[in-house]
Formats: sequence, C-alpha cells, structure tokens
Amino acid sequence: MTSKQNVSPQQLPSELAEILAAARAAVAEAGTTDALAEVKAELLGRSSRLAALRSAIGSFSADDRPEAGRACNEATSEITALLDARHSELAEAERAALLQTERADLTEVIGDIAAGHSHIITQTRRALEDLFVGMGYAVADGPEIDTEWNNFTALNFPLGHPARDMYDTLYVNWGEPMSTMLRTHTSPVQVRTMTSQPPPIAVVAPGRCFRRDTADATHMPVFHQIEGLLIDRDISLGHLAGTIEAFTTAFFGEGFSSRLRPSYFPFTEPSAEFDIQRPDGSWLELGGCGMVHPSVLEACGIDPEEWTGFAFGFGIDRLAMIRYGVDDLRDLWSGDMRFLRQF
Amino acid sequence: MKVLHSWLGEFAGDLLEHDPAVLAEHLSDLGLSVEDMVTLGAAFDGIVVAKVLALRPHPDADRIQLVDVDDGTGNPRQVCCGAFNMQVGDLVPLATDGAVVAGGLKIKRRKLRGEWSEGMLCSAEELELPDSSADGEDPGILILPGAVELGSDVAEALALEHDVLFDLEVNPNRPDAMSVAGVARDLAARLGVPFAILQPEVAEVGEAAEQVTITIEEPDFCRHFTVRTMRDVQVVSSPVWLARRLLALGMRPVNSIVDISNFVMLELGQPSHAFDLDCINRNTLAVRMARDGEQLVTLDGETRTLSAQDGLIVGSQDEPLSLAGVMGGASTEISEATKTALIEAAWWDPMTISRTSRRLGLRSEASARFERGVDPEIAELSLLRFAELAAQVGAASLAPGTVIAKGSEPASLPVRVRVDRVNAMLGTEIAGEKMAGLLEPMGFEVGDSGGEGGELDGASGIASVKQNDGAGDASVIAGDEQGDGADGKKAILSVSIPSWRPDCATEIDIVEEVGRAHGYSRIAKVVPLFDQRGGLSPSQQLRRKTADMLVGMGLSEVMSLPFLAPEDLRDEDRADAIVVTNPLVSEESVMRQSLREGMTKIAAYNQARRIADARLFEIGHVFSAEFPQVFAGQGGAEGQGEAGETAGRGSEGGSLPQESEHLGVLLCGAEAGEAVEAWLKLCHSLGVAGASVRNSEQPGLHPTRSGELLIAGDEGSRKAFSTVEAVSKAVGVIGEAVGVIGEIDPQVLEQLDIPAPVAYFEANLSRVLEAIEHQHAPPYAAPTKFPSSDIDLAFAVSDQLPAGDLKAVLTEAAGECLASIVLFDIFRGKQLGEGMRSLAFRLRFEAPDRTLTDEEVAEARQRCIEAAKTAGASLREG
Repeated sequence: MTSKQNVSPQQLPSELAEILAAARAAVAEAGTTDALAEVKAELLGRSSRLAALRSAIGSFSADDRPEAGRACNEATSEITALLDARHSELAEAERAALLQTERADLTEVIGDIAAGHSHIITQTRRALEDLFVGMGYAVADGPEIDTEWNNFTALNFPLGHPARDMYDTLYVNWGEPMSTMLRTHTSPVQVRTMTSQPPPIAVVAPGRCFRRDTADATHMPVFHQIEGLLIDRDISLGHLAGTIEAFTTAFFGEGFSSRLRPSYFPFTEPSAEFDIQRPDGSWLELGGCGMVHPSVLEACGIDPEEWTGFAFGFGIDRLAMIRYGVDDLRDLWSGDMRFLRQF
Repeated sequence: MKVLHSWLGEFAGDLLEHDPAVLAEHLSDLGLSVEDMVTLGAAFDGIVVAKVLALRPHPDADRIQLVDVDDGTGNPRQVCCGAFNMQVGDLVPLATDGAVVAGGLKIKRRKLRGEWSEGMLCSAEELELPDSSADGEDPGILILPGAVELGSDVAEALALEHDVLFDLEVNPNRPDAMSVAGVARDLAARLGVPFAILQPEVAEVGEAAEQVTITIEEPDFCRHFTVRTMRDVQVVSSPVWLARRLLALGMRPVNSIVDISNFVMLELGQPSHAFDLDCINRNTLAVRMARDGEQLVTLDGETRTLSAQDGLIVGSQDEPLSLAGVMGGASTEISEATKTALIEAAWWDPMTISRTSRRLGLRSEASARFERGVDPEIAELSLLRFAELAAQVGAASLAPGTVIAKGSEPASLPVRVRVDRVNAMLGTEIAGEKMAGLLEPMGFEVGDSGGEGGELDGASGIASVKQNDGAGDASVIAGDEQGDGADGKKAILSVSIPSWRPDCATEIDIVEEVGRAHGYSRIAKVVPLFDQRGGLSPSQQLRRKTADMLVGMGLSEVMSLPFLAPEDLRDEDRADAIVVTNPLVSEESVMRQSLREGMTKIAAYNQARRIADARLFEIGHVFSAEFPQVFAGQGGAEGQGEAGETAGRGSEGGSLPQESEHLGVLLCGAEAGEAVEAWLKLCHSLGVAGASVRNSEQPGLHPTRSGELLIAGDEGSRKAFSTVEAVSKAVGVIGEAVGVIGEIDPQVLEQLDIPAPVAYFEANLSRVLEAIEHQHAPPYAAPTKFPSSDIDLAFAVSDQLPAGDLKAVLTEAAGECLASIVLFDIFRGKQLGEGMRSLAFRLRFEAPDRTLTDEEVAEARQRCIEAAKTAGASLREG
C-alpha cells in the first residue's frame, strides 16, 4: 500500500469497499490469534490503507469531510467487529486445543494413600473424656508406677487385706520391697487428686493399668481404665446412679439404660457394679462404682461429715472393642497396619 | 457359692413358691450376683436301674464293648457301650428304647457295627447330674449306689426331684452368704417371707465323753475352739441324697464323715475337722502359732514346712497335729479303724488363714470361709447338725458333753445410725421405722439410740456425730433427748450387728445394708449439679493436637507393651532400668526407657507381613531410675512435673522412679530427613519456640545419621537440664535437648529383617508440652504494608560445618529486618572439592514501617557474607 493516495471524494466509497473486501479475506485467512494480531496491525495500524485514506480526507473540502470521515469510521468499526469475531472464534478453538493437551487421568494414583489413623483406644478415650468434660469434669492424669500407699492403703486396703488378692499386682525394684508398683487401677489418681486440692472435686482420670496376667483374647497385662470422682456437699448414691445413666445414654445412645447392683470394693461404700442394658434387653457388665468410703476421705484429709462423693471406673479397652467390633484384645497391641488402618 | 432352690426352701419354705428366675433377679439385686442358673432333674422317663451281668468284647470294634444287663425284668439285654469303667455286678442307669437323655438324644434300639444295642448306659452328665470325676478324666458310666432297687426308675431311685441350681458370685465382705442358710436369710428378708435356722434333733448316747483339754495360746487367732465327741464311728459311703447335694454344690463325696462335715459347712458356713480321738495323746490339744521351720505331714501326705505366721493345733507333747483352718494332719486322720472322733469347729483369724493358705497353695472351701470370717456363734449348732446327720446316716453317735475353749471375744457394740445420714448417702427418704423394718429381717436388731452414751461406732469410720459444725442434723440429736425427732420419727437408730455379719461395724456399713435391702434399683437417678466447668488443660489439648498433627501427616498411632526383656537393653542402660520384681515371664520384666524397642518390633511385625511402609507414632510413658522424683509429705508439692497434669503426690513422702511421657515417630523406608521434617512441622504447628536438631551420635540410632532434638526451653528448665550439654558455643544459640532423631541403627534393622532406612525420632513430650506452656508467645505483628526484598546467597561449605549452624550464623548476622531464611538448594560436585557442598539460602527482608532501601539490603547481605566467612563458609560468586 502506498503511503499517500490521491483519492477524490467520489472515489472514496469504492476505495472503502475494496479495503473492506480485502479485510474480510485477510481476517478469514488468519488461522491463529497470533496471525490475527498481525492482520489487525495491517488493517488498522498506522501504515494501513485505512490510515492512509484518513489522512487523504484531510485534503477534502469542508463540505465533503464530514461525510468522508463518517464513512471511514464505519469501515473501521466493521473491520474491528470482523477482527473481534474472528478472535473469539480462534481463541475458543485454541483454548479447546490447549485443554486437550492438558488432559489428566485423575485415576492415576501412584502408591498407597498413606492416611494416618488414631488408635481406637485413643478414639474411645477421647470420646469418654469429651463426654465427661461436657458434664463438667476436669481430666486428671497420674503416674503409672505409684506407691503401694496410693494404690492400696489410702484406698482402705490395709496391708494383708484379702481384697488386695483381687488384684494380681506387679511390683518394681524401687524403695522397700512391695512399696512401689505398677498401678492396678486408676484409683490412685483419686487419692492424688483429693490430697492435692480441696473439694469440691469433679475429675475423670483415664489411664493405663497393669496386672500380672498372660495375654489372651480377653486379658492383657496392660489395660486402660477411666475413673470418675465427684466430691461435693450432699452427694448421694442416687447422684451416682443418675451420672451413670446420663453417661450411658450419652455414650451408647437412646434406648440404653443402666442399673446398679450391690458389690464390694474396699474404697467405696455403698459399693455397686453397674450394668448397661441394651435395647434388646440384654445386659453388659461394665464397671464398678460406689460412694467414696469415709475412711478414704479421711485418709485424704477430707472431712466425711462435710463432704460426700462417688467414684466409678470401667475399662476403656473393652468399650473400644465393643464400639468397633474387635474380638481379640491382643489386636489392640499388635501394631498391625492392617488393623490400624481400618479405623 | 452354689445353692439349690430346694435347700434354700428348707430355711424359708415360701421361697419354693417363687419362680427361680424371679429369685435370681432378687439375688442379683441383693449383691449375690447370679452367674449361672441350671435346672436339674428334668423328667427322665424310661431310664431304669440295671445290673451288669457280663462284659464282652465287641467282635468288630475296639472302642465299644458289649454289656449284658438285667433291667429288673429278669431278661438279659445286650447293650453296646463306649465306656469301660463298670464291673460285673454294678448297678447302672439304662436308657431304654424311646427314652430321651440330657441334651435331647432319643434312644432307639439299633445295631452298632453288627451288634444290637437295646438301649444306652448313661453317664452322670446324661442324667444332668454333676460329674464327680477329676478334671480331664473320662467320667464313664454313672455307677449307682447299692441301695437302689433294680428296675426302678432312676429319677425316683436317686430322688432326682426337679431343682434349680444358682451359681452365685459372693463378694469377699459377705461370709454369711457362703452358706445356704445365709443366702436363704437374705432372700427371705427381701421377699418378706419367714426364715428359720434349723434346729437339729439328735439324741446324746451313752456315758459322758472323756475329758478333753484344750488350751488356746493365741486368743486373737482363735476366738473359740469347740468340740464334740462322736462314738461308734463307721466310715461308710454317703447316701445318694447327701452325695448328690455335695456334687451339685461342687464337692466330691469321699466318705460319710468327710461328707457330713462338708455338708454342714455348705449349709451353715462352719467348716469342721474330725480328729481320731484315739490318736490324740492324753486327749489334750493346744492352739499356738507354728515356729519357723516346724514341720507337719498334712492329710494329703505332704510334709509342710511352717512359718511363725501359721496357726497350729498341737498335742500334749507340743507336737503339730493340724494346720489350723487350712488342712488336718495325717497322724490324727479318721480311718476305717477310727472308733471315736473328736469333731472340732473353731473360729480362726481370717488374715492368718489367708496368708497360710496362700503361701502353701492350699486353698479350700474351708479356708475360703475362714478367710472371710466364720460366724463365731454358729459352732455349737453346726456340731449338733453334724451329729444329727451322722446319726441319720449311721456314721456315728453323739456322746454327751461339749467342750468350748474361748479365745478373745471382741465386744460388739450397737452402731449409732443417723436416719438423715442414711438418706443423704443413698438419696432416699426412708423413715426410721421403715429402715428398722428393712434391717431386722436380716438379723439386725434395731432400737432407739440415746443422744449420748457408749453406743459409738466401733471402728474408725464415723466416730461420733458432730454437734456444732453446721451439720444440718445437729439440732435433732443434740443433748440428752431420745433419738426421736420433733416429728416423732426415729432420728437415730441403735443397730446391733448379728454375729454372722463381721463386715458391718460402722454407720456406713448400715447405710449400705439399708440400700441393699431397699434395692439400689429403687433409688431415684438424679444427675448432680455442681459448680465447675469441665475442660481439658492446655497440655492435654496440646497432646491431642500433637496426635492429630501426626495423623494428618499420615502416621498411625500404635501402642506397644511397656515391658521389655533384659536383653533388649544395652548394658549401660541396665543400671537405670526399673525392673519388675515378680514378672510373669522374663520377656516382660523390665520397664522401657524408650519407645524405640517396642516400635521397632512393631515395624518388624509389619515387615514380616510384607507391609514395608509403616509410618507410626506412639505416645507413652517411659521409666528410669536415673532421676528419681522426690516428693514431700501428704498433699505435698508436685514432683518434677514429668507426667503432664499429674495430680499431687499425696503420700507419706518418699520417691518414685522418673516417669515421663514420650513421643516416638518411626517411618519405614524413610531417611533421617523425613523425621527432621516431621519434627519441625510438628513443632511449628504446636508453637514450640526454637525447635531444631543438632548432629550427634546417638545410641540405638545410625551412628553417622543421628542427632538431638532441641527446643529453646526456658531459663528454669535450662538449669534443671544442665546435665545436658545444651549450649552450642560456635553459634551462640542456646537450646535444650529433648530427644533423639535419625535413622534406626542398621545393625538393629538387619537383626529384625527390616530393610534400611527407617527414620526415627523420640521426644520427651511431657517436657515439650511443659515448655510450650511456660514460654512467652511473641506479641502479634501485623503483616507489613511495604514490599519485601529477597537475596540469594550460595556458599561453599565443608561437610564439617552443619547447615543448621550456618543458618543460625546467617540469621544472627542478617539483623532484625530478616523476615525468613530458607535453605533452597544443596549440591555437591567436583568443582567444589572433596568433603564440600554448596548451600544456597534465600533471605527475605522487610520492615514494618518502610520500604527497605537497596543500601540497607546490601549492607545486610555484606554482614551475612562476612559472618559466614568467619564461620568457614565462602560465598560462591556468579
């Protein structure tokens, strides 16, 4: 295209028609957005025919110029529209082509999904903790090796008491012989709590306990218990029964209920076993409980005339097994990944 | 304790009218938990008494024989039988054609290996009779006693009335329920039906018994020693009805004298022992404690070596005759030659009997009763009952005269029981009169109590009622008034304890009795309201977060047993090991000092099952004798606080082994770097200040791929842990070592068949969580609004200089405008030389209040380069 044309007003329409025709052809011919950008520069750029035509209009008479300017603008708009339409078309096609090249098979999962799993004893323990926290209890811990005093004597099992036989105790080489032991129950935490803080007291103490036992499907030398202790004014056996019932429905669900049956533990009196009744009417013996024995309160420096309280305890492991349908206690301790990854 | 419905009925006839299932409910509700309930003596039609005429081998089978029996019709029948315990002339039960035996098997005439069998000979089990054979022994066919009539119905001949056997779990505090009479008494009281103890009817025969002298040298061990003399002793076998009751309750019949003794023990709870009086020198007995090393041959023929803690019955020469309450001696044993027997019924101290029977491994039905405390007032009645049965069976006749030697007799004072207190403890509103009505049928005597006087509780429980301490009931009982309150109801009961309830001595014991009699199930369930908001402590929350983080990182939680075998420990750790003094097996005799051994075993377990990618963590306690946790007296201060929210060490003072909670992380197939990443991620998430690692050789870990875990710690803890060399002088960074990290020692892995590498770290979690609680979190800083500048610095660094140290040096040198520093590239190459690598760091600088000038950044850059140079790292140009 030459830079300067001598175009008369009369020639302008045909000239514009020519430009438009050429533009149509060029736009249609552009096969990519990049090519289209070049075409756009050719058609509308500074050195385009249209630009040359505009500068020629400057030499037209004042009468002719408005009409000529308007005609040029129309042609420019039309070319722009042509370019935009083609651009959309090409961009769409190019995007579609690009997407095809980016196609991914989302089912190509390399390796094992190494998700982590919380142990079912932990899961059950937390569920129990949360439940009692919701009822207003704090959570207390204690050492797994404890003194004979905390485990037995303070709990109203004097030395030589036959009830000590109910526990197959493991002792350790610390202090006087048989003065230090792997705790047989979580109840020493009761003693520790009562001797370290004044009433009222509301704690649960989950933890690990030990007994001299051979491992089989229902026994392990190590097991987990949770202990509850409430000391306040005017606490009664009825409150204990109410607490056990509230726990039962909260943990097992509606349709489950509980009962207390008289039993014997040196550190509680009255003492009871508590059973859970399933909706089908069958019973599950769950744990032991009772009113904290006045001698225990006294041993812990609490006036049994002013304060009364209850304690309860039961096994976490068995609850975990029931909850998850596990029938061999040893599975909880094997560390078998095929066991762990199911929960 | 087992009881028969029919036997209970002999003490309270009305109990026979009650459905056994209902009785079982009541027994459980009384605390006599029914473990099992068995119906006995179902109708056995068509089972008759038959006599063995001949025994012949089966021509075509070794395991069965042919038995010719007479069923009373006179016509011999041939029966095939798989048991071989009968002899010609024995009477046996024969199930005839059409009969149904226990288990529902219907008997038909049929051929067995070509020989006709016209019926079946029955075992005890097939008749629902207790099996009297020893454990593991084939009981064979039941041989019937000679007294039954040939051809008669077996059920009739054995007096197999319909009966129900209850198997009860009796708690150790209920000696009274170790007898049929005791169970009947509780049950009758619950149901409000009459109960009566039996009154033996027995005639004394002949002249007065010879004088027997008994001396009690240990009055606390033996409260009384009561004897009766039985003449014309015949040691025969017991009649079926008696043997059957013993069997039902789990005791094997032996002979009439032993059986009657056992029968009375089951019935009334008083064990007794029979001496051959002719074997007792000068009819003289004494009770004393044994001397250490003294020996006695017991009834079972064993020579027992005794200790000073064993009670003994000795003869006139001070010679041991019998191990009191545990087992008789051989020298005075009843035999077929015995003409005169001395039957002894005594009260022995429960603790002594418990110790002796346990030490000698001689636990019997008798020792079980003495251990719990036998009714001290039942002896004379028991001996009369013995005599009555002996006379009835023709085993002996009772000579006139009873000898009772007395030991100490502790006074039993009535217990003052506050009605209000009982109701407050139970959550009930039972009037005093009603309480009396609950207690009296169980044998308690209830009277009104005065406001004062000697009727205080006997034991330590509640010694007296406080009158001026704001207790709500003080006004009711003040002064000398009678125990009746203003409303005329009994406010204080004076409760006398029956001799068979040694477990009841204080008010709280009566509270339990009232509750039991009233029924726990009838007490209203009320959820208590109390003024405390529950919650987890900060460290309990952090412990949960720790576990959750690790689960999020793809790790699974394991629990390994805290016991190890001695050989699991390295020699240098043995001295500090906490050892179980009475382990069941030696493999479980040492308490772990780290989680590593247990977790490595779990890795091996999985590896053996072709699971090679286990990624595990464990949170558990470890134990060591190294730093004992000393604690003060009762309610004293906490120890070192090793175990999180450990409640106070309430005790009489002393110490415990060091116990702390550890976190172990084990990553199969991973290099140490993964463990470092896990540790640092965990610490950043928990907000642990100054978490890092430091290279050092650690026992049990790969010697050149291991190190320590560090945290910033705090001033106090740095002092407490000053045994740990925690100051890195080269860089001036102070840290506290809280664990070890690296890869498991390849030698250990090889032994366990685990492919290397296995990354591992173990941290003292108690300490880490405690440090978090004590550290001061830096104040919040709003993100700056001004742009940041990055510079990259690559250094040639010797392998001797840890990257962590260089990073610390750069951090220090970069100044306060350093926002972050990241090691982003490491490479080794020939151009760097042997033992060298390139470490490239990206440092980002920013300021809260301005855009940093190029000059400021350039200065910081220069400081970093200089400092690195001093530390031995030269900048790599270009």
